[in-house]
Parts: sequence; C-alpha cells; structure tokens
Amino acid sequence: MIAFLADAAAAAPDAGWFMPGKGVLLAALALVSAAVLGSLWQARTGKPIRIRRIGGLDAVEEAVGRATEMGRPVLYVPGIQDMDNIQTVAGVTILGRVAKTVAEYDIEIEVPTTRSIVMTSAREAVSAAYMSAGRSDSFNPDRIYYVSDEQFAFVAYAGGMMQRKRPAACFYFGCFFAESLILAENGNSVGAIQIAGTAETSQLPFFVASCDYTLIGEEFFAASAYLSGEPDQLGTLRGQDIAKAIVWVLVIAAAALGTAAALLPGSALAGVAGAVRAAMGGS
Amino acid sequence: MSRSVAVLVTAVAGIVMVLSAFVRPLEFLGTAVVDWFNVLAAIAFVLGGANLLKMNLLKVSAREAGWGYSAVTVLAFLVTITVGALKVGVHPDQKFPAVALSGDKEAVGGAFWWIYEYAMSPITSTLFALLAFYVASAAFRAFRAKNTAAILLLGTAFVVLLGRVYVGVLLTSWIPADNAWVSWMRLENLSGIIMSVFTNAGTRAIIIGIAIGVAATSLKILLGLDRSYLGGEG
Repeated sequence: MIAFLADAAAAAPDAGWFMPGKGVLLAALALVSAAVLGSLWQARTGKPIRIRRIGGLDAVEEAVGRATEMGRPVLYVPGIQDMDNIQTVAGVTILGRVAKTVAEYDIEIEVPTTRSIVMTSAREAVSAAYMSAGRSDSFNPDRIYYVSDEQFAFVAYAGGMMQRKRPAACFYFGCFFAESLILAENGNSVGAIQIAGTAETSQLPFFVASCDYTLIGEEFFAASAYLSGEPDQLGTLRGQDIAKAIVWVLVIAAAALGTAAALLPGSALAGVAGAVRAAMGGS
Repeated sequence: MSRSVAVLVTAVAGIVMVLSAFVRPLEFLGTAVVDWFNVLAAIAFVLGGANLLKMNLLKVSAREAGWGYSAVTVLAFLVTITVGALKVGVHPDQKFPAVALSGDKEAVGGAFWWIYEYAMSPITSTLFALLAFYVASAAFRAFRAKNTAAILLLGTAFVVLLGRVYVGVLLTSWIPADNAWVSWMRLENLSGIIMSVFTNAGTRAIIIGIAIGVAATSLKILLGLDRSYLGGEG
C-alpha cells in the first residue's frame, strides 16, 4: 500500500491525462468502492448481516408514534441546500423512509423546502412512501412546499410554523448552517422529540445540545439503509464499516511510522515516511 | 419507464463528474454538468415561486392561523418581483441612454437596491443576531452538571471560554510562561491544547466517517441501488 502511494505520488505529476495529485484520492475511492461492492455481493448470497444499533434511528418510530398519540403533525426539514448536494439527496432518501412510517400511522407530515427541485424530489419520495404503505389517498402534496431560497427567511417561516402548529416530532436531515440552532431550539420550545443528522461538523454541537438524538458523521449517510432493513442496503452499510476499519489501521500505521521516523532520522523508515507524506501532498 | 430514465441520467451525470475529477481531458464535462444543473435550478425557480403564491393565497383565503404573515409574504413577493423586473428607479445604462430598461436592476439608488439595503439586509441581520440568545439557552441546557459526561463537558467548555478572554489570561498570568513544564497550565495555552489536540482529533474522525459515507452513498446512487430520492424502491 505504502509503495503504491509513493508510486502514485511520483507518477501523477508526469501523467498527461491524469489529474496531478489525485492518485491517493483515487486509491481511497477504489478502496471504499471495493468494500461496499464486496459487502453488497456477500449480502446477495444470502449471508446474514449484523449491524450495530443506532439509537437515533430506532427512535424514529417512537417519535412518529408520539405524534400520533398527541394528534400533532411531524415536521421534516431536508436541509437548506439543493439536490446537487449529497447531504440533501441523503435527506430526501431518509424522508422516504420516515414518510412510510408516517403513512402507516396515518398522521400529517409537513415538509418545508428551500429549493424547488428539492420540493419536487421530496414530493416524489413521500408519494411513493404513501403508496408503499397502501395509503395513497392520504397523500397531500400541498404539505411539501417551497418557502424561500434565503436561509433566514426560511428559518423565520419554519420557526413561526412550529410555534403555531406545535409539531410533536421534528426531523432535520440534510445540510444546515447557522439556522440549525434556531430550528432546533424552536422545536425544543414546543416540546417536540427531535432527531437530526448532518455532515456539517460545525453544526453538530448545536444539534447535540438541542435535539434528543443526533446522527453524527457516517451515521447520517447510513440512516436510509438502516431504516430500509433491506439486505442489499445493509450490505452497503457493512461495506462502510469495513472501509472505516481499514482507515483505522492506516491511521495507526501512519502514526507509528511518523513517530518512528521522528525518533530515527535518516533511517529507511524515515525515507518511507517522507514518501508517504509526499504522496499525501504534505511537505 | 420515466424513473428508469431518471436513474440513467443520474448515473451518467454522476459518472461524468467522477471521471472529470480524475481525467484531465474530461474536466470540461464536469463544468458542463454543473452549468446544466444551474440552468435547471433557474427554471425550477418558477415552480417554486408559483408554489409560494399558491400556498400563501390558500392560507389567506382560508384564514388559517398566521394568515396575516402569508398576506405580507405575497405582497412582498409581488412588489419585489415587479420592482426588479421593471427596474423601478434605475437610470438607463450610459451606453444605451435611449433604452429604458438597460440599467442594472441592482444599481445603487434603485428601488430593488433600496429593498435589499433597507429591508432584506436588516431583517437578515436581526435574525442572525437572535442566534446569540439561542446559543445561551442551548448552552444553559447542555451545561447542566447532571452526570459525569456533562460535568466533563462543562469543565472543558469553561476552560476554553476562559482561555479566550482577557480575564482568563489574567487569572493564570502568575504561571511562568517561559517554563515548558508548567506553562501549559496557563488558561490560554490549555484552551489551545484542547482545541488543537482533542477537538481536532474528534473532528477529523468525524470527517473521515463522513467522507466514507459520502463515497458509499454516491456509489449506491450511481449504481441505482438507492432510488428512494426519486420516489422508487430501494
């Protein structure tokens, strides 16, 4: 692996058609893809797949059930970015899963969006979820609507709507910025069960402080597969975990190598450490 | 059928984006795909505007709770669109003085500029300023010392906060700054260590997890394994 990284670093700048400095990225992408596809293949052979429980996702049904008992709606916010952002795609995907539970309980779901394309995608996802739950007649496309592209105009609307309709369960899955705390604190003030997930590390502390459950890092991207419970989807989850384990080993190996290189300057190990650092774009 | 076409378009666009990130001759294709998306998003904005009008007019006519806000929204929307489209208060461009609508709609002194400068900007700033109060209420809840983890969080936050203000620096100024064995105990140094070692390590671990998640999710979408964002199964 180390030799490959060193070769990639040396070869990349000279290769005419290959983007310089992208060798390591390509290797990492191939590694993750291989882990995911390998696990998917294994899942299709019928081998049972065990995955760890994620508290926040197990609580989705509890939150929807609570909204049913209280006769209040469920609020779902798929972030404030467009469909070209992978977090929004993940948010809309999770919406499909949550909407299926909502349809089974036959309660109202409210989905305000900040982009027209997100609104259209969210309608398709919710419509399919209601159809899958056998409740197509209960689907109301007007509950999934466009508010504003402007971050604070959107949050002003969402905050006001929360105070008026007092949703019993709030889900925030997608890309959020400064509005995350305003949304979550408003939900908290109306006593809603709140579950959030985002890949914006700067917003995670706000969600952790104000929400009952927060999906951190890869948990957010694992949510859709986890909620579906389908073998194919669970297989990809296992692939993610394998990729993470490989990263752990690489991080530990690199830390040990770096330490050894610092303690033994001029040794072969120091040379290898220098090659790895160069491959990573360091100096 | 239409869903299969959508999956195919997504897969082709996605694969083109991936290839354009690695293959130099295909770089222009990645830019083209982004341009197409922007054109699509601009057209879709009409859909959003129509939906905004429909939803708010329905609320006003049904006198739903908060219908007054909807009336203000519709009025503001129509006024802003009219003022922007007709370039009210904007002088014609100096190159084309005879063409009434040749000026820039955002030109200083125009009605559109005025709306942005004296309505939109102050309202946005006000909402942003509200964050300070929301941070205070969230911090009050998060920092309640109800268990060991909360006590650790409270203690760490207290050190970091103190380390970033003058009074914190003053409190431990008696610790010698030139003695490496004890200087780390000065609050400004301790705060820096917490941020650059512990917080940084945690954040990087989360970022690595996110990167793996993004790659796996993208792969599922490119291969059509997950089509629920299009309203499909999987």
